[in-house]
Amino acid sequence: MATCGSHCHLYLKIFALLCLHLLPVASNYVEARASQLFSSGHTNNWAVLVCTSRFWFNYRHVANTLSVYRSVKRLGIPDSHIVLMLADDMACNHRNPKPATVFSHKNMELNVYGDDVEVDYRGYEVTVENFLRVLTGRLPPSTPRSKRLLSDDRSNILIYLTGHGGNGFLKFQDSEEISNVELADAFEQMWQKRRYNELLFIIDTCQGASMYERFYSPNLMALASSQVGEDSLSHQPDLAIGVHLMDRYTFYLLEFLEDIHPASQSNMNDLFKVCPKSQCVSTPGHRTDLFQRDPGSVLITDFFGSVRKVEITTETINLTSPIVQQEDKHMMGEPTSEAQSYVDQLPVAEIIHQKPKRKDWHPPDGFILGLWTLILLVFFKTYGIKHLKHIF
Amino acid sequence: MAACRYSVVLIAFALLVCDSTCATPKNDEGDTAEKTESDIADDVTLAEAVHTQKSDAVSQTQAGRTPNPETPESKQKESLRQWEATEVTVDTNADVQSNEEAPDRRDAEVIDSVPPPPPPKDQFQEELVIRPLQSGDIYASFQFRTRWDTDFFQQGRKVAHYRLFPKSLGQVITKFSLRELHISFTQGYWRTMQWGQPFLSAPPGAELWVWFQDTVTDVDGAWKELTNVLSGIFCASLNFIDSTNTVQPSASFKPLGVGNVTDQRFLRYAVLPREIVCTENLTPWKKLLPCGSKAGLAVLLKSEKLFHSSFHSQSVHIRPVCQDWQCTSTAWELRQTLGVVFDMHTSGQSRREWSLFKMFSRTLTEACPLASSSKVYVDITDNSQGELFDLTPATPTLSQAVVLGDRRTYSVYDLTTPEPFGTLRSLNVLLKWKTTDAADMLRPLLHGERYVAGYGLQTGEIHTLIYNNHPYRAFPVLLLEMVPWYLRLYIHTLTVTSKSRENKPSYIHYQPSKDRLRPHLLEMLVQLPPNSVTEVTVQFERALLKWTEYTPDPNHGFYVGSSVISALVPSVVAMDTNSTKEHPLFSSFFPCKEESAYFVRVYTEPLLVNLPTPDFSMPYNVICLTCTVVAVGYGSLYNLLTRTFQVEEPSPGLTKRLANVIRWLRGVPPL
Repeated sequence: MATCGSHCHLYLKIFALLCLHLLPVASNYVEARASQLFSSGHTNNWAVLVCTSRFWFNYRHVANTLSVYRSVKRLGIPDSHIVLMLADDMACNHRNPKPATVFSHKNMELNVYGDDVEVDYRGYEVTVENFLRVLTGRLPPSTPRSKRLLSDDRSNILIYLTGHGGNGFLKFQDSEEISNVELADAFEQMWQKRRYNELLFIIDTCQGASMYERFYSPNLMALASSQVGEDSLSHQPDLAIGVHLMDRYTFYLLEFLEDIHPASQSNMNDLFKVCPKSQCVSTPGHRTDLFQRDPGSVLITDFFGSVRKVEITTETINLTSPIVQQEDKHMMGEPTSEAQSYVDQLPVAEIIHQKPKRKDWHPPDGFILGLWTLILLVFFKTYGIKHLKHIF
Repeated sequence: MAACRYSVVLIAFALLVCDSTCATPKNDEGDTAEKTESDIADDVTLAEAVHTQKSDAVSQTQAGRTPNPETPESKQKESLRQWEATEVTVDTNADVQSNEEAPDRRDAEVIDSVPPPPPPKDQFQEELVIRPLQSGDIYASFQFRTRWDTDFFQQGRKVAHYRLFPKSLGQVITKFSLRELHISFTQGYWRTMQWGQPFLSAPPGAELWVWFQDTVTDVDGAWKELTNVLSGIFCASLNFIDSTNTVQPSASFKPLGVGNVTDQRFLRYAVLPREIVCTENLTPWKKLLPCGSKAGLAVLLKSEKLFHSSFHSQSVHIRPVCQDWQCTSTAWELRQTLGVVFDMHTSGQSRREWSLFKMFSRTLTEACPLASSSKVYVDITDNSQGELFDLTPATPTLSQAVVLGDRRTYSVYDLTTPEPFGTLRSLNVLLKWKTTDAADMLRPLLHGERYVAGYGLQTGEIHTLIYNNHPYRAFPVLLLEMVPWYLRLYIHTLTVTSKSRENKPSYIHYQPSKDRLRPHLLEMLVQLPPNSVTEVTVQFERALLKWTEYTPDPNHGFYVGSSVISALVPSVVAMDTNSTKEHPLFSSFFPCKEESAYFVRVYTEPLLVNLPTPDFSMPYNVICLTCTVVAVGYGSLYNLLTRTFQVEEPSPGLTKRLANVIRWLRGVPPL
């Protein structure tokens, strides 16, 4: 113990060698790639994925959200940067014949729940209030980091919503709803608080296009599964599970995203082509007028992937000061002299004989009785009984 | 009126308490005090005796406890089977020796100028116990223990270097000045009558109880913040814990760790019976393990299998424990347990045959490299001659442990050695039953049940049944009931009956609820007569909630948490009161103070109660709105159109009215 500090000399050297063999022919291409890499101007990625529906027959909404979760996680956004809200527990629902799984394809082909999911808001916590608080960052101070959207003005945020909606609103848990105006105002507040750089909004619900009609903040791009007046339809009924597994739009979105890898060059125009009316039955819509860049130059991975901006140093860094473990000295120096013992788990005698709680002081009942008697006596002595005859 | 009645009842109870305490001289206090003193004395002498290695006392105590494996006779008898050395002699001996020899050894090594490895201040143990149940199901219980000889609250020093102990929990302990933290997540209900007692029971849903250090000034504030932080760590809705479901028990939930002072003001207890448990709770739980789910026993923890079971319970317990037998300094213990019962029918097999692969869809290939011990135990107490089931691969190592008042025998696979893995480099413990019909199980000595009686949506009655199945011994239980405020308990209707006679509780603590602020808390100490059922009933009235207070699915009903029964159950064999002895993890959780009884905590079912619920559906509300419009709009219009109007005379002046009053008094007709 004592010898460790003097014997260990810890020299850590970090060598990072950057070897770039750029052929003159390829240099233009690489430069173009590199300029594209940093063109979006963001340094971190966040995702808020919300399923707003409760009850088993809305299995497909949970599966929708989880399939997007699976994709963004696969493309590199860590769990700490994903706020996942699921209004009901489908995976461990008693009606689920295969517990701890949520499938997106028929015949149980693709389990989107995975083995290491982290749900941040679940059950009754998924409310309009909590959703807006997460977006605008107005949370109680003791809220843990995993439940916060800690984005800044260099963040690209993906917001995905699914549930039951109508013209201009989206229902949360059958008990409340968020309107398109509220949502637009929340995004404006985010913009004014510099909480995002660019924001991609995707919604899979009936009349989804009505939800992004009222947006007015800059740098927003929005997609919806259906136009106003259209229903968003489900897909993939499964006999074993007994309900539909996915909605059409998200199903084809997942299919599209499964082909994306972190270095893919697919852009937003490809995303707009996902699920044409022949597949979706509804007409997916999109809105780009608030967005500054050309959608053709925006990579899918700008929102669905995670930026890993690596800066490589070629210099050697010496960590000369060895780490000294000081705790040992303290530990051995002052052992508490008092012997401690385990507490009796059910000290019957102690419980029975414990003193009842002291109440506030109260004059004894006899004293109060006597006082009243005295008062009455004095009264009758002074005035006599005859003055009270109209009472009796 | 009602308040008055309550107070009268309470006074009556106070009298009862006083009566029973005065009338029944139990001498418990004196007894226990003496016993503990003598115990301590015993321990000291034991250690000294072991040190000198020549004492009759030691051999006596050993003979009294377990068949001594070190004696030559037993070795000759069990020539094939080899007993695991779990005796006190070996360990304390080693301890004492190492203490004594330590300076010498260090000197020698300094001379050799070879730096010795610093003694590990933290150690990690893992353990899996498999108990075949008579019903054909199987109970698997994982125990992981991380022990760290450090002090989180030393003055002027922050603990910054974490090795095996998870940093996230260490920081929580430091920040909130925790003394103990116990949290459990459970899915399903433990069926005591079919499965016996679990090693560690837990109520359905989430349960959290915390002891704060007595330096904390704002306990409620710290508790609120702590629940928020824990909800982030464990991905659970623990942030729903607020004052309406938190209580401060007056006698239950004593600290499980060492400590000389206990003041119940620093205890908080809450339970969320509705909490769902799924993969997202298991993931962070696994991340607390030093090896994660990458190596060791934790590779078996695959969520698809664990949640495809009848019962699943995972928990985290943090407490201070003794560093050595003297107990002058404390170490921190983090104990993670996970219990699961696999059902024969739901897993879709007709034969009673279980293997690690069938249960977990994995086999074991190695121990966690960071673990100082890694063992798999299989309970073979009822199968001493192999009459019930076959166990392959056979292991020569056996171990005995006193668990829940009974001595059990276990086959042990030590994963730190290469033997159990065999030539295939993997361990797949296989249990094949020889019989196909379920045998009768010995009824557990203590068992609790609870249900709601009554009909309608206005009143009801909670019945709690506590069974004492011991044929001739009575024992005390402490019952804790926490009922939310929206069930208004009529405490004057409280009855406690056993064997159709009134059973006066010797201690009652009742804290009435406050609407939207705090729940009811009822604690009572009841002596259970032998072979009896004790029934506790209390009536309640259902309150009307405000419409925003209803949950999104109000017709599902509202849950009332399990009641907690803490008991000192008489044990069949002598319990081991020596807490410093090395036990297997599963048998060493509750500290044991006396030999004749063991402490156990049992939970009843949670209740699901329907409250009067308005119809929140859209058609209903549309009808309501339409009717209002018709009544107010059309009704007033119709009124306007059909009513005939008359001009009324102006009202008479004040003098005229006064005069009329006087005239009326005089009996003359008014003006």
